[in-house]
Amino acid sequence: MKILVVDDEADVRALFEQRFRREIRSGVFSFSFAYSGEEALEYLHRHASEVVLILSDINMPGMSGLELLRHIRQEYDAPPPPAPPQVMMLTAYGDEASRQQALALGANDFLTKPVDFSALKEKLLYLTDHDN
Amino acid sequence: MNLNASVFISILVAIFVVRTLRQFLDLPGRIPRLNQVLGYIWVPGVALYGFSQLIGWKTDQLDELYMLFLLAVVALVLVRVQTYRPARTLLLAIAPYLLYSLIELISTLISNRLLEQYDNVFGNSQGFAIIWLVTFGFIARNQKKHLEKERLEREAEEEAKRKIEVQNAALELMVAERTASLTQQTEELREALKELKVTQDQLIQAEKMASLGELTAGIAHEIQNPLNFVTNFSDVSTELLTELEEEQQRPDRDLALEAELLHDLRQNLTKITHHGQRAASIVRGMLEHSRASTGERQPTNLNQLADEYLRLAYHGLRARDKSFNATLLTDFAPDLPLLEAVSQDLGRVLLNLLTNAFYAVQKRREAQPDGYVPTVSVRTRPLPGGGVEVRVRDNGTGIPEAVRQKIFQPFFTTKPTGEGTGLGLSLSYDIITKGHNGTLNVETEEGRGTEFIMELPG
Repeated sequence: MKILVVDDEADVRALFEQRFRREIRSGVFSFSFAYSGEEALEYLHRHASEVVLILSDINMPGMSGLELLRHIRQEYDAPPPPAPPQVMMLTAYGDEASRQQALALGANDFLTKPVDFSALKEKLLYLTDHDN
Repeated sequence: MNLNASVFISILVAIFVVRTLRQFLDLPGRIPRLNQVLGYIWVPGVALYGFSQLIGWKTDQLDELYMLFLLAVVALVLVRVQTYRPARTLLLAIAPYLLYSLIELISTLISNRLLEQYDNVFGNSQGFAIIWLVTFGFIARNQKKHLEKERLEREAEEEAKRKIEVQNAALELMVAERTASLTQQTEELREALKELKVTQDQLIQAEKMASLGELTAGIAHEIQNPLNFVTNFSDVSTELLTELEEEQQRPDRDLALEAELLHDLRQNLTKITHHGQRAASIVRGMLEHSRASTGERQPTNLNQLADEYLRLAYHGLRARDKSFNATLLTDFAPDLPLLEAVSQDLGRVLLNLLTNAFYAVQKRREAQPDGYVPTVSVRTRPLPGGGVEVRVRDNGTGIPEAVRQKIFQPFFTTKPTGEGTGLGLSLSYDIITKGHNGTLNVETEEGRGTEFIMELPG
């Protein structure tokens, strides 16, 4: 399963690659990284059919995660294939208003930072099984 | 009998002369005692008459004798008051007549013949003496008038002088009163100024605390991020160590994997250190910001400072308005020289300019929700001579012409009551111009954006 992680913190890459090292090595997950909303959209334009899941931070300079979400839902929701990507939002501001806003915009899930990686792993594995 | 009685006419003449003299020379004022004696001028006349009657002396010279006596008395009086100029003139006036009378009397007493023989000479002499007397009498009168006039003038002058002195005294009194009240006012003003300065210091501290409040959320966010990394990299390192130990227990050890794990571990420890320092530097910045400025200059990297405060300001605003977002552009000159500066003061200036910029783009976005990309940019450039230029630009609402002149004035704010102290830009201006000998200028276009240009000499 191909996952695109969007966060303006560069070290997120090292963290994900180590946290999911076994899954990456065994080929269960494959990660790509974008450091801004704009970069993520550009990546999606080139690899639209490959990406199954998008994990995006909300607070980023420039295009925010929520705007990215809106763009994705506008561009990729129209059915036939491929199926629209799942989008999970990640934020340090885990209040209810933000959650409601994210869900209203079409997020599939809403996680707060610091990320609970074991819970995330379970969710991702569940999605992979479901996907397959 | 008749002849002797003529002395009474002379006595009347004498009384008249004394009266005139008293008046003319102001004798009661000048010689009061002699003046009193003069009141008895008739006594010798009457005594002379009584004496002549007693001894039966019949002569027509009795009144002449008395007149001579009168003239002598007058001469004596005039000598006594000779300091008075008309008196001297009068003395001169009567001198020939006195002399004539004396000669005439003596001649008569010696022999009547002599008088008859030189009748002509005596007659002419008498005429001359009388004319002389009258002429000098007039002169004396004129002199007296003249002196009187002078005296009056002098008196008038003295009166005027006295009046001026009185006025001077009154004026000096007024001046003294005025000086006293001015001194008191000055004292009051000095007191008021002292109070104002204390209040100003308190306001500056309040403004600092207010901006710190704005920062709090940004700081929390900025600290949370590195702390998450520290926790996560520690956790994942534990996992890596477990994996490494498992690998070492296996009979067919994958040495390449072990090397990779070790490499990752080292890298993680570096990252933990890095993020720990990042959090520490943010806390340090916050403490520096809240502390009273020491005014101590130290080499400051404005790129770093601007970046730090850009993040703090942005996240501070984000924390309060979650729907807010803006594009942050940074254009930092890599060859920027370090600047000897009070970094916490410059940090406050940057924070203030950035907070204003975010406020401006937020306001514009509220008015124009679609098709508008809020953008705030910071640019640094080295200046010739070792200085630095920092530009903080936004594409917000801009500053209306009407308020452009007032933005650097203390307490001027366009924000609603309670939202702005109106001290931010005024303090910033003072920090840049007075604190660092720099300049702070603004370029703005209503509805298009604003750019603050800070120039700091090296």
